[in-house]
Amino acid sequence: MNDISPTRWHGAGETVTGNRALALEEPLIFELGSVDRCGVDFDEAPLVALPTLPRRAAPVDLPGLSEPECVRHYTRLSRQNYAIDLGLFPLGSCTMKHNPRLNEKVARMPGFAQVHPLQPVGTVQGALGVIAQLADWLVQLTGMAAVAMSPKAGAHGELCGLMAIHAALEARGEAGTRRKILVPDSAHGTNPATAAFAGFEVAPIPAGPDGRVDLAALLAQLGPDVAGVMITNPNTCGLFERDLRTIADAVHAAGGYVYCDGANFNAIVGRVRPGDLGVDAMHINLHKTFSTPHGGGGPGSGPVVLSPALAPYAPLPFVVRDDHGLRLVETADGESTAFGRMCAFHGQMGMFTRALAFILTHGADGLAQVANDAVLNANYLLARLKDVLDAPFAVSGPCMHEALFSDAGFAEGFSTLDLAKGLIDEGYHPMTVYFPLVVHGAMLVEPTETESRAALDQFITAMRDLAARARAGDPALHSAPHHAPRRRVDETLAARKPRLVWQAQ
Amino acid sequence: MLATIGAGSIDDLFADVPAAALQRAPIAGLPLHASERAVERHMAALAAQALTADQAPFFCGAGAYRHHIPASVDHLIQRGEFLTAYTPYQPEIAQGTLQVLFEFQTQVARLFGGDVANASLYDGSTACWEAVAMATRVTRRHRAVLSGGLHPHYTATARTMAHFAGDDVCVLPTRAQADSDDAAVIAAIDDTTACVVVQYPDVLGRIPDLAAIAAAAHSHGALLVAVVTEPVALGLIESPGALGADIVVGEGQALGVGLQFGGPYLGLFACSAKFVRQMPGRLCGETLDADGRRSFVLTLATREQHIRRDKATSNICTNSGLCALAFSIHLSLLGGLGLQTMAQVSHDRAVRTAQALAAINGVCVINHTWFNEFAVRLPVAAAPVVDALAAHGILGGVPLSRLCPDRADLADVLLIAASECTEADDIAALAGALQEILA
Repeated sequence: MNDISPTRWHGAGETVTGNRALALEEPLIFELGSVDRCGVDFDEAPLVALPTLPRRAAPVDLPGLSEPECVRHYTRLSRQNYAIDLGLFPLGSCTMKHNPRLNEKVARMPGFAQVHPLQPVGTVQGALGVIAQLADWLVQLTGMAAVAMSPKAGAHGELCGLMAIHAALEARGEAGTRRKILVPDSAHGTNPATAAFAGFEVAPIPAGPDGRVDLAALLAQLGPDVAGVMITNPNTCGLFERDLRTIADAVHAAGGYVYCDGANFNAIVGRVRPGDLGVDAMHINLHKTFSTPHGGGGPGSGPVVLSPALAPYAPLPFVVRDDHGLRLVETADGESTAFGRMCAFHGQMGMFTRALAFILTHGADGLAQVANDAVLNANYLLARLKDVLDAPFAVSGPCMHEALFSDAGFAEGFSTLDLAKGLIDEGYHPMTVYFPLVVHGAMLVEPTETESRAALDQFITAMRDLAARARAGDPALHSAPHHAPRRRVDETLAARKPRLVWQAQ
Repeated sequence: MLATIGAGSIDDLFADVPAAALQRAPIAGLPLHASERAVERHMAALAAQALTADQAPFFCGAGAYRHHIPASVDHLIQRGEFLTAYTPYQPEIAQGTLQVLFEFQTQVARLFGGDVANASLYDGSTACWEAVAMATRVTRRHRAVLSGGLHPHYTATARTMAHFAGDDVCVLPTRAQADSDDAAVIAAIDDTTACVVVQYPDVLGRIPDLAAIAAAAHSHGALLVAVVTEPVALGLIESPGALGADIVVGEGQALGVGLQFGGPYLGLFACSAKFVRQMPGRLCGETLDADGRRSFVLTLATREQHIRRDKATSNICTNSGLCALAFSIHLSLLGGLGLQTMAQVSHDRAVRTAQALAAINGVCVINHTWFNEFAVRLPVAAAPVVDALAAHGILGGVPLSRLCPDRADLADVLLIAASECTEADDIAALAGALQEILA
């Protein structure tokens, strides 16, 4: 009876638990579990005497959960995430498209998932067959000579390509003099970071007024100290680098190599073979173009296709076919010019199976349609938004798979961030913001090919309304999001006093 | 849609592509589109060309370990809100992934005995190199000593990276002897050494004395990088951080991730708090939202490539988020005591396996110490024996020659791993077949 005191009455917006119906707050596992609780069964078996082991004094201090607690914990947490399964996810350059579920089923087939990387090769012919088949088709799709399959993600692929360039220069005796990699200002941050880690110096190239690489500035920098260029095509402004062939010819004539960042290959897959444009190395993000799931930040996979000039330097391991079937070349023999190994084992098998299933499903015809529809959808968005949002490069020709806008015309004090957070309230993930750096308050919108026209139209309606509010200076936009599981979070506090692990209060 | 755009055809949208480079027909060499059923049939036919870990008595390890993964792990990671989310750059609608990462970082830090951990790297081998690179930044020295007990793929990865980065690696030879090469490692440390890299347990399964190596490293101003390829071992043996390791990296595949023919796997990275601003990879931190509620957010991004560009601590962007989730769920189901039980059962199965193999004429167990993996010397080369075992339907371990093909003196060494999945029948089958093959 005493429970019903005036302090226990709440307003309509408040609850005792902090939950709001289906919006459930969830503690940390460290607050829920205990070290002696376990949700896993073990077969009971008499334990034999242990040989000398430097045994730890106590179990690791890790909380355990029962299976129902565990399932509920992660299910509740999952519901605080936006995902492509929930709606349009127009994150430019990141390519968030539908992940076909057949590919998940295929990746879990025991012949791929339940095999060890160092089993005898005779017992993994199907898995090696997947790698060989995917490798062959990536080579066909890009018009290149060879492919290195082991890189673990796009940035790892960049490293592979640049190390192949470095190795080729060593073979020519020019690694000591050709130290410079030219990288456009509009490049992904991974490009300059990769060049540095591969032992090069980075020289920036400005973007021209049309959003493409400034051809004259690039040509002026070519010389005997240049190892190569890294160019993203289509570039991060969403434009096709129409001078790429000219650039490649000039770079080759000057003794350098052309690395193409293939992050945006999904815009041209099946329509353009980068090998035809003079590219020497390009990584392919299987998690973008071939739709392996992004998984909240990974894993990815970044095979690198190589030109005849760089193919001899491809890293270990690789798959070859001989009289006995498929086998792996895992270590260098005396003849080898491979630049070495980049990681343990043979690459991201779980991504290879998914990507191969994606390619099989689409076929050569369907892959061309992937590019066509991605480009069509992006241009449709651009056409329907450019009257309400500044589109600095709309005059530079059609965009490819993504459209770039700026914050020009917003009311004083209103920024790209405000529009992005407003988009959250409308039920969308924001676009890529403040990238590329060549545009003020950049908004890079990539709808992908898997959105219907109806989905695009609804998104356009939301965007037009938000653009109008940003232009008019609607103060509610400043404090958006209002309807998300969290309001704006304090990033400064997080960085000033980093709390990176949980500690009991 | 074309009319709205003002284009006459799709190809008009590709106007900036040089006409000669635009493909007008499907690219040759690939099939045309196929139905879901046809694709599944094709892939199933490929998958059938395998002897799988669930079909065979299974004893392979050497950096990738088979353990039982509770069914709820795979169920939960397939929730679309986890599976199809992006990197949590918009924290207001990514608290699920962010809280998981915060929990993961805490689990890894506790497991490894570090103060802090990152939100994952690609795998153990690349995490190992990242640790070396971080040690060179911290110490401003450029020489790394790699123990001969380090997995040869990790050594090869470090060699490649060091070559291009301009660092010097001193690689000690792999030796098939009863104890790990602690003395040789200690002797190789000098005042120019940035770090010494020691695997724990090592590639032959031996357990090095990390405390002694840490003391020697520290006396020269060098860091100890400990590499854990079998995190389940830490259920029984002390965490490297507690023994003095400055950076602890590892392969998380053994928990939640599965074999998957080598990838995707999970790079684990933990270290002392004083190095946090030199760490590679994403970090998730705790903060508050505008209403004062506990929230999580990616933080200290000024270390990372998208901000710092060519001065970044690493070029990594995409990591192993979904594998980190699987690892974290599995470890949450286990808890500290469950991990200890799992380790104890795995160790027990390895001891039983060793006893069964040691009883075979001509087979001798090399190790003084081991957790769930050990090396045996055979009277003949190990690789053909492993092939012969496979012909008997047994996946009987990894010949060391697979990892060290240029070392004739190691050709007769076979690495054998066991886990809670190893049944008495499996051990009997392996011992029986091996006896028959060697007879």
